Amino acid sequence: MTYQEKKSIVSMFSSILIFVVYCLYMYPKYPGGELSLEALRYWGSFVLILTVVTIIAHIIISIIFNIIFRMTTGEKEPTFADELDKLIEMKANRISFFMFIIGFLLAMGTLVMNEQLQTMFIILIIAGFISDVIGSVMKLYYYRKGV
Amino acid sequence: MGKHLVGNHIRRLRFNQDEMTQQQLADLVGVTRQTIVALEKGNYSPSLELAFRIARVFNLPLEEVFFYEDSAKE
Repeated sequence: MTYQEKKSIVSMFSSILIFVVYCLYMYPKYPGGELSLEALRYWGSFVLILTVVTIIAHIIISIIFNIIFRMTTGEKEPTFADELDKLIEMKANRISFFMFIIGFLLAMGTLVMNEQLQTMFIILIIAGFISDVIGSVMKLYYYRKGV
Repeated sequence: MGKHLVGNHIRRLRFNQDEMTQQQLADLVGVTRQTIVALEKGNYSPSLELAFRIARVFNLPLEEVFFYEDSAKE
């Protein structure tokens, strides 16, 4: 298995791990109340902190992965993205964005159907998470099956 | 997906070239080893520029490194 394939797998599992741990941490902090200002602040901070935590955690996991990769294989990780990497990233991102847009439209649909406001936020957040994981899965798929 | 009409003789040419490794070829043409792996497996058709760079490494014309699948059947 090549560096890129391993990296896609690590990225996929780290996304799941970060999201699950973060949700378990934030869930008990939900203030309750459908349209309270506190609830809206909670969802706003949930998304913002999740974004920052995800970026930082991915950087740390990536550094640890590179160190382990060098130690176990004796190879140096590629320092650039070539034409195949760019093509695969573009295709994976397209599917990832498509998944997020579906989630976004579903979230807007809940507002139209007078669902609770928190349902909209939950769908939006889950759509972001799923699109992130799908992006990694698609990268792995394209690296293994070709483009 | 996966099956491409453009095939190549890269694996054979590497071995004829003092058993050049995939990483060595990748370094010479400026791509990652993953791309050479994908090319040899027939999972990726390279850009024209990369195809020329690979042919240049082996000092061969393009059509002796790459072939269109129809011509391989002939």
